[in-house]
Amino acid sequence: MSLRTPLGVVRGLGSAKEGVNHWWWQRITAIALIPLALWFVFSVAALAGAEHAIVLLWMQSPVVAALLILFVSVVFYHAQLGMQVVIEDYVHTEWLKHACLLALKFTAVFLAVVAVVIILQVALGTGP
Amino acid sequence: MYVLVGVFAGACEATEIHNEVRTKIMATTERPLSPHLQIYRPQLTSMLSIAHRGTGVFLTLGTPLLVYWLWSVGAGGADYAAAQGFFGSFIGRLVMFAWSYALFYHLCNGIRHLYWDVGGGFDIETVYRTGYTVLLASAVLTVVAWVAAYATRGGV
Repeated sequence: MSLRTPLGVVRGLGSAKEGVNHWWWQRITAIALIPLALWFVFSVAALAGAEHAIVLLWMQSPVVAALLILFVSVVFYHAQLGMQVVIEDYVHTEWLKHACLLALKFTAVFLAVVAVVIILQVALGTGP
Repeated sequence: MYVLVGVFAGACEATEIHNEVRTKIMATTERPLSPHLQIYRPQLTSMLSIAHRGTGVFLTLGTPLLVYWLWSVGAGGADYAAAQGFFGSFIGRLVMFAWSYALFYHLCNGIRHLYWDVGGGFDIETVYRTGYTVLLASAVLTVVAWVAAYATRGGV
């Protein structure tokens, strides 16, 4: 017997059964994005107006390609974590909420994979 | 002793029933909601908080443009020129300017959030000071990035 309310007895990993997983990964990706985002924005700023050949050469450098893959992967992971919270906060119709979450997750993974394939194609010189 | 246990068990049962009833009431009663956004006077703290979420959504909506730009690099000179034409147009520059400011704001305010996460800077004075710092830092970073862009003009 317990005098605690049903709301108070949520223990261990909590009602969502994932504990602080969401919160924790949002922080880890946020920290990773501090250098990655700064690097990307200033690189693109420096490349604004550059000839195609120069941008191609830039993207074919192994370090740049690796950083770009990391950047887009972490960006899409971080973005879908954030958007998930926004959807959960404002969409209260149960089926619509789950539909939005599914659409969000699928779109994020799709765009991330497309971006990574493009970067690899350019880096490996196997593009069209 | 037995009497005591009996009373205790009865109390347990009563508590459980009480909890059940309370849960039902909690689920069905229309409770007054706290005064919402339109009631409160806008404050720096709440505005920056809303802006953090707003810029996050705005940046997410901009990610297809990032993929488009990457695609255009791989697609070849003509497609890259078309992408450059779009990003270099007045509308394109406006969108990129907004996007860069949103990114720097979200980045700076994100660092402010990380500072809160480790337990620091919660007193009102510090919250306001870091708030104004975020606004200033994100504006400076945006200007620096655009000055860098115009100064190099692709010369790298």
